[in-house]
Amino acid sequence: MSVQKPVLIREDGRRIDGRRPDEMRPVKIAVGVLKNANGSALVEYGETRVLAAVYGPREALPKYMSMPMRATLRVRYHMAPFSTDERKSPAPTRREIELSKVIREALEAVVFSSLFPRTGIDVFIEVLQADGGTRTAGLTAASIALADAGIPLKDIVIGVAIGKVNGVLVLDINGLEDEYGEADMPVGIAPNLGEIVLFQLNGVLTREEVKVGLDMAFKAAENIYKIAKEALYNKYIKVLEEVKFE
Amino acid sequence: MSTTTPTLKILVADRQIVRPGDCLALIEGVFEQKLKHIPEKHIYILGNRVYSDVVGVVSIENNTLSVVPLESTYIPRKDDTVIGVISGVSVSSWSVDIKSPYKAILPASDVIEGFNPAIHNLRNYLDIGDYVLAKVAAFDRLRDPVLTVKGKGLGKIIDGYVVEIKPSKVARVIGKKGSMYNLLTNMTKCELVVGVNGYIWARCPDERVLDVLVKAIRLIETKAHMRGLTEEVRSYLASKLGVQL
Repeated sequence: MSVQKPVLIREDGRRIDGRRPDEMRPVKIAVGVLKNANGSALVEYGETRVLAAVYGPREALPKYMSMPMRATLRVRYHMAPFSTDERKSPAPTRREIELSKVIREALEAVVFSSLFPRTGIDVFIEVLQADGGTRTAGLTAASIALADAGIPLKDIVIGVAIGKVNGVLVLDINGLEDEYGEADMPVGIAPNLGEIVLFQLNGVLTREEVKVGLDMAFKAAENIYKIAKEALYNKYIKVLEEVKFE
Repeated sequence: MSTTTPTLKILVADRQIVRPGDCLALIEGVFEQKLKHIPEKHIYILGNRVYSDVVGVVSIENNTLSVVPLESTYIPRKDDTVIGVISGVSVSSWSVDIKSPYKAILPASDVIEGFNPAIHNLRNYLDIGDYVLAKVAAFDRLRDPVLTVKGKGLGKIIDGYVVEIKPSKVARVIGKKGSMYNLLTNMTKCELVVGVNGYIWARCPDERVLDVLVKAIRLIETKAHMRGLTEEVRSYLASKLGVQL
């Protein structure tokens, strides 16, 4: 007997964790969690937990990496060895190198990098706990950390994944759905501009499904964006309260 | 086209905290096809909307809209008064850390008259870790900023105390038309020099006053985005120093 595929869509139409197909996992966002970084954010999509730290703009090192007209964005997406149930080797894998690249390109679309020529902006994305949707949570965390660092941005980027499990389009797939599902479509959205800055697709979706999926993604991004805005606002409100108590 | 057009319809309140991508205003009768960025004001215009590009506080003055960022990096400009820390010594120049992405250069010929690298050892004049008060002589984004100490009061800092603050809060320490700066100097009787890169050089009559001054500066730094800060600092200083209001 081999390992059985779990029931991803239950008889009542709900998913393995009890969500409706178009329901997000609970999202939590904290801003300014690291003191040494210029900007930082901790983003949780359910059990997925990602920390992002931004340093810079600072001197781009090594020197040859600096560009005369704009800032170099360096992004490292990394999964901590303890983030998965089986230890993950801390060395960067092919997958992590690819994700670092696509997240960098997504962020380059919103950062006004020409303001800081010859400098470097470093973004570190550390997955603390992985349960599906780490690149989307990482993208959200990175853009909020950039905003927290005071780097001029066109918009905050919200990442959200659409999946297909047992023929049903679902929002924000978790680890099991990712493993056993038929398709995974992570999308990075700039909600105010209505632009897509990251788009990937694993598996097969029909044209119609992509359209419906994107609609779901935009709706979800809107909600996550509200939480992100609230979190950025709260950082400064909290400062006011702390001062009052002194 | 400028943001001062009378047809600007502002959607936010003065002193409101905004985030990147927040819509601040609608412009009637104008439509920008391409994104137009105004970096000094931290806004950009796309279509008929004005957006913020940073986390900051809205400032509306004479129907002009801008955003004051809550966090920022110091970017040198010519003629800025800065305070730097010597971070490296070479044969004919010092490299100075001015809390900016660009490392500043202080040429030795600027400090030592008749400089000759065969005779003069730069470490005898300025060593690593020394604070210098200087002016930005040249900076054009293609070359690193060059500092000068030629000028009144400029040079090595040998007494007093240097306080470090965030570069984004410097404007608040100075205040509108220097109101906060005047308040601090008048009430504490300290001599203050504010470097726009986020260092403040203070010379105080005694340690106790210095302590109060540093705490007042920290207060300004943490509450920079609040209304009525000048009054609050005034009462804080009065209560700590026992000076009449």
